[in-house]
Amino acid sequence: MKLKSLRNAAVPGVAALALLMSACGASNESGNDTDSTDGGLSGELNGGGATSQEKAQDAWKASFQGANGGNLVVNYALLGSTDGRSQFISKALSFAGSDSYIKDEDLTKAKERCGGTIVEVPAYISSIAIAYNLPGVDELKLDAATIAKIFAGKITTWNDQAIAAQNDGVELPATKISPVHRSDDSGTTKNFTDYLGKVAPGDWKYEAEDAFPVSGGLSAEGTSGVVKQIGDVEGAIGYADASQAGDLSHVSVKVGDAYVAPSPEGAAKTVEVSPVVEGRDATDIAVDVDRTTTEAGAYPVILLSYLIACETYDDATEAANVKGYLEYIVSDEGQQDAADNAGSAKLAATTAKQAQDIVAKISSK
Amino acid sequence: MTAPTAEIEDQPADWASVRGGIGDRIFSGAALAAGLTILAALAGVFIFLLAKGATGFSKPAGVYGPHAESFLGYVFPLLVGTFTASIIALIIAVPLAFGIALVISHYAPKWLSAPVAFVIDLLAAVPSVVYGLWGAFFLAKKLVPMHDWLHATFGGWPILGALFGEPSTAGRTVLTAGIVLAIMILPIITAITREVFSRTPRLHEEAALALGATRWEMIRMTVFPYSRSGMVSAVMLGLGRALGETMAVTMVLSVGFDLSWNIIAQSSPTSIAANVALKYKERSADLLNVLVATGLVLFLLTFLVNFAARWVIGRSERRMAR
Repeated sequence: MKLKSLRNAAVPGVAALALLMSACGASNESGNDTDSTDGGLSGELNGGGATSQEKAQDAWKASFQGANGGNLVVNYALLGSTDGRSQFISKALSFAGSDSYIKDEDLTKAKERCGGTIVEVPAYISSIAIAYNLPGVDELKLDAATIAKIFAGKITTWNDQAIAAQNDGVELPATKISPVHRSDDSGTTKNFTDYLGKVAPGDWKYEAEDAFPVSGGLSAEGTSGVVKQIGDVEGAIGYADASQAGDLSHVSVKVGDAYVAPSPEGAAKTVEVSPVVEGRDATDIAVDVDRTTTEAGAYPVILLSYLIACETYDDATEAANVKGYLEYIVSDEGQQDAADNAGSAKLAATTAKQAQDIVAKISSK
Repeated sequence: MTAPTAEIEDQPADWASVRGGIGDRIFSGAALAAGLTILAALAGVFIFLLAKGATGFSKPAGVYGPHAESFLGYVFPLLVGTFTASIIALIIAVPLAFGIALVISHYAPKWLSAPVAFVIDLLAAVPSVVYGLWGAFFLAKKLVPMHDWLHATFGGWPILGALFGEPSTAGRTVLTAGIVLAIMILPIITAITREVFSRTPRLHEEAALALGATRWEMIRMTVFPYSRSGMVSAVMLGLGRALGETMAVTMVLSVGFDLSWNIIAQSSPTSIAANVALKYKERSADLLNVLVATGLVLFLLTFLVNFAARWVIGRSERRMAR
């Protein structure tokens, strides 16, 4: 009896399944039809990677899906840069977001995956603010060496001579300094320590890594955790994405002879004047951020995040979707969108132009 | 007792179904399958950890990050962190839990004990991430003055002075993590000990009281000896939860890598589970193997702790039987 009823149920079940599948197929076909007729994009576009791009990607997704009348669904999975790159290489993702440019050893694998050259463009620039909590002190100027000593635990009070010497007329309290760093591995940490190591090599002897190298200070999880921790503890100083550093005061960093506060323009400027990595394809803008720049107005403590894709795709729809989405991201409009919603810095005009030219080359085989 | 059973077996009663045999066999088969599934899952986890983690034991020095050069150097501070927080939690939670369990089972009047027991059980239902949020954003800040006081009071003492060194400015210390863990393991220990306490034979208790024992003497002479194995297993279950706790430690503790006796330091080594949670998101493929290897260490350690607990219980039961 039981078995029989099961068998009875199976027949309509299979029929329903078949119907469903044919319906899916049909919708795909019709999707392709509209694609060719009115130029709008449809289907699904899967990307993922760096978590730093989260807010910007949310903004881009919303605008881009809206522009295509909701026929295209863009997914950006917050996997972290490492997983983003490896899943792009394994073809699970059509494009990846990454906080560092693709390394030489992965480059050959990526080229294999694409069956040709890869596309790599800077898409998201954000200043890393060095934020502090010191009531009564609204402006603070520090050079990289002093910042390095603070984070290495060598300067322990706010009225230290090294700090006072750079801040004439500021009354510094004798409060203990509590440096705050990220407890999780993060591209923000890597960029911040890279800055310290490049500009103050004598005082910061650690490699630039995702994990913070010095033990002893306070640590907190995520950007928001660091910001919260700085706000909670008087005398705390830490580094966080400038757009999320909230009401905290920001340190002005010494660049050349002047002190520069974090700003989107300063961040974009640094990328603009930084040299491109040698020996890469024309479609691959891998930038070695020049932390030691003395360019007036440039703010060198930045995070630069890339988009990685293929120049050619087997599938025409996939190629069109990737191209459309990436074109939107590096367009002036897309960059403004991210600046408004994620507080990022717009790409400088020359960088944006290069990126737009490269992305325009994406095509299907 | 045995006589009626034998009778039933000899001549089946009217209500006993002849076909009952099939149902019995299906049930016993299903039960066996369920039991074996657990074993298979456990073996599966172990094999996975071993397969993925084996290479994690001997990676090039760079993989173990800026704070260590070998697997031992990487995992040892984490082990210390895991155990420090768990031991602090046990020191706080165990006496409290036993006290609460005694109140519920032997001291409090019925109208009080039932709601207290209910509220304690409710604590167990709160997800650990909530404890983490509370610990990190509320409790830690409130405990800063306590940290300062501990340092000021005991800082100069010979042994305690080492434990209460330079205090944290944020309160996110091993001590705070231990306190949060203590609250998390309290309900487990309380619930189990409460049950075993109340299982003490009435006659034992009444005999003790009849011999002139006070209530506390009665508890010492009858309840504790009778419940010893249950108390040990309750503590071990609590320890198990504390060892494996991830979210609360991740959120509360300010992570460092230097080993020190100071339990109120600005930062301290975190636990293995919390370290995996912290490092998993942005990591290289090599570091993943290392993380899995630390997981394997934790897995084996929890096994060891459980075996030790079983052994202790078994021994005390044998002694009881004598």
